[in-house]
Amino acid sequence: MGFKTQLKLRARRQVKLMRALRKSLELRTRVNRTDRIRPNDVLCFTTLRNEHLRLPYFLEYYRKMGVGHFLMVDNGSDDGTAEYLEKQRDVSLWTTQASYKGSCFGVDWLNHLQWRYGADHWCLVADVDEFLLYPYADTRPLQALTDWLDSQGRKSFSAMLLDMYPKGPIAAQPYSAGQNPFEIARWFDAANYSLKQNPLMGNLWIQGGVRQRLFMADSPEQAPALNKVPLVRWSRKYAYVSSSHMALPRGLNRVYDDTGGEQASGVLLHAKFLDTIMDKANEELQRGQHYADSREYRAYDLKLRDGQNLWCEHSTEYINWRQLEILGLMSKGDWA
Amino acid sequence: MNAAAPTLGVVMLCHTALDRAAQVARFWLNAGCAVALHIDSAVPQAQVAAMQADIGAHPLLRMAPRHRCEWGSWSIVAASQSAAELLLRDFGSIGHVLLMSGACLPLRPAAELVTHLRAHEGTDFIESVAVDHADWITGGLSRERFTLYFPFSWRKRRWLFDRMVDLQRRFGISREIPRPLEPHMGSQWWCLSRATLEAILTHPKRARYERYFKGCWIPDESYFQTLARLHGRRIESHSLTLVKFDRNGRPNLFYDDHLQLLRRSDRFLARKIWPQAENLYRFFLTDQASKLAPVPAEPAKIDRYFELAERQRTEGRAGLYMQSRFPHDGSGQALTAGPYSVFSGFDQLFRGFEYWLGQATGTRAHGHLYAPEKVHFHGGAKIWHGAISDSAALRDYNPRMFLTNMLWATRGERQCFSIAARDHIPADLMWFMAKDRNAQISVVSGCFLLPLFRGEFRPDDLLAHVALLQKREQHMLSVLQSRWVQADVRVWTLAEFLQAPERNLSEVLAKMLPDAAVAGTNQPEMQSLDGLEDFLKELRNKGLPPVLLRDFEGRSGAI
Repeated sequence: MGFKTQLKLRARRQVKLMRALRKSLELRTRVNRTDRIRPNDVLCFTTLRNEHLRLPYFLEYYRKMGVGHFLMVDNGSDDGTAEYLEKQRDVSLWTTQASYKGSCFGVDWLNHLQWRYGADHWCLVADVDEFLLYPYADTRPLQALTDWLDSQGRKSFSAMLLDMYPKGPIAAQPYSAGQNPFEIARWFDAANYSLKQNPLMGNLWIQGGVRQRLFMADSPEQAPALNKVPLVRWSRKYAYVSSSHMALPRGLNRVYDDTGGEQASGVLLHAKFLDTIMDKANEELQRGQHYADSREYRAYDLKLRDGQNLWCEHSTEYINWRQLEILGLMSKGDWA
Repeated sequence: MNAAAPTLGVVMLCHTALDRAAQVARFWLNAGCAVALHIDSAVPQAQVAAMQADIGAHPLLRMAPRHRCEWGSWSIVAASQSAAELLLRDFGSIGHVLLMSGACLPLRPAAELVTHLRAHEGTDFIESVAVDHADWITGGLSRERFTLYFPFSWRKRRWLFDRMVDLQRRFGISREIPRPLEPHMGSQWWCLSRATLEAILTHPKRARYERYFKGCWIPDESYFQTLARLHGRRIESHSLTLVKFDRNGRPNLFYDDHLQLLRRSDRFLARKIWPQAENLYRFFLTDQASKLAPVPAEPAKIDRYFELAERQRTEGRAGLYMQSRFPHDGSGQALTAGPYSVFSGFDQLFRGFEYWLGQATGTRAHGHLYAPEKVHFHGGAKIWHGAISDSAALRDYNPRMFLTNMLWATRGERQCFSIAARDHIPADLMWFMAKDRNAQISVVSGCFLLPLFRGEFRPDDLLAHVALLQKREQHMLSVLQSRWVQADVRVWTLAEFLQAPERNLSEVLAKMLPDAAVAGTNQPEMQSLDGLEDFLKELRNKGLPPVLLRDFEGRSGAI
């Protein structure tokens, strides 16, 4: 990497950090319990809107895993999300009515919260429909992973987004509060992912899965990115650039081995395709606040309304992390 | 054991997770062993006090003078020395002293260790390997640890450390090793007999040796190991403590899910335990273990477990491209997950070639996976293993990963497919297959003419079309015949192939299935090529350069 590129990336990171500071003016503190954060806690950062239904399971999942505190930004919910979160003793909540799009889809808000509260903690960035899975997740808490990453001198951990979906029309199996979404959306595409290197940011650009297979088959290049680096040992110098897909400095994106070995990695199980997506698609289309003119939601709306089955005869039914490891979607690396 | 006369003294070096260390200390104390706790001087006094309160006063417990123990520093040896001295002085009945860390965990009841040591009175259990034979040193220095100067910390000032080593090597600097020491190295966790320890600690030249070892690199792995050789009468050169190091030379941690693995160890202790491994501490520090039927010791199983992890990190799974494994082209690793066969021209020569191929070889025979209109999977399937779609657009978005994905998703079953000049095979994919040791590529050149000859396809501009296909095939052949090819490539011209089609086909199949008797299978039916000469003549007369038709030379005098 040339000196010029280095300067350019450095400038980009600093612009991002300044922007986060500016956008932090849009946040109103609803309840701040960050004084309860203990030095070694893993923190979870989330932006959300109207997710009351999904929150109970989300919080339970990550509490059990060992997340110490949740820092959440509520972007104008009107379904009681804020009221619900306010009552949770391990949640700090900020609210804003400002534009989601204007804050780079929440990145600026979270960058600020991470800058303010996340330094020297392992920070997880996960949406309410994203569920982290890492090697040995069934027997070792998140702290075991972060301790090990520390001992290896690693600053970041990658977890690719894995789109999960139900068998049959999406409306046929309604989701109820507190339910494990993967009882319904328990299928996934095992091996249709395209990886490309991004020489500038140093990350792998991953696309594919059910969304590319069904909704973007005519324009594969527009399929959403699935690469994520959601777990980072945060420093005030760091900034996410685009969702948790890429971070700066770019060393954080270097989560893969290019000599043939495998680094340890996980998966973010993505419970997007539940019956709740229909209302969501509708609402998002009217708000127009999502990435690339909500192109994605337009496609969902069209196809899912017709009862499109996301399942195909070579879909794989989810069992556990070991299965995903064997399929090569994640890796134990040398974490034994 | 008589509580007043312990025969085993345990030195525990602690610096973090003091609650766990306290638990282990209690384990030894309850079993009537003397314990000397060394707590790193970096630990705040409040924590030390809390730990002492946690254990409570005990006649067999001693607090050793505190040192600041940095990794690989002399202070670790000093701490071990003073704690061991304390135990030997206060408890005259002690026959052995065991050195362990606060993160070690006993794997067997204390009484078992005590009995074992009593049966081996005067024996030293210390891994002690002559430095010139220590092949387990990973990537570090061996004899030079004893002959160079190390003013800079390896952990904190790596660059300066390396430069100093280079400098001393260049100028041939070498410290003298005090006689009669023979440098030995080994695991820093030992169990020494009173006689040996006392000999080490009271030796008249102790100060001289200490001065020397203070200048060595990582003295905690060599001080006792070397001196035990000098004073010890009987040395069992293996540590009683199980430690598995990772590639960075750090000990692997043990977690709750390693319980069954640890039960199979033949050692008495294990290092290093993750402090929150509640089940391990509960299991091994209580009598839970004795309630279960004992399992036979299988240390090889433990070695294998960690070797596999190591291999996954360094070599990974061949043919897998994923978020944390993306080997670059020159990495020397296998490019794909398993052997596969690529055919060109065969489906034009033989009727029902794919079906026949699948039947004859028991492999998965697809059609043209890279056909312009769509992916022709076996049996016309719309979707294949791994949910790979038959959409041409999706395939063409990343043709190379389409192939690697398919081969990964069908591991264990050999895949075969056809390619042709008209297919969407970009140059980099052709190169990829040509460099892939797993690929078997068999080409009969010139067969792209056959669909035109049979009239299956009638382009508006026949000549232009032929010229285009010819150009593409030439490129394909130039790749396949380059000197970088690693695939198993066989190329015939149509004329060459037709001289002995059956034998040529058998040769290809024999390479696919070296063990099976391919010779016995029926040959597929050849398509009729009657009239091909006339077609070629017509092409030539229309103005196609004769050079393009040389593949057919020899088939007929008419050309």
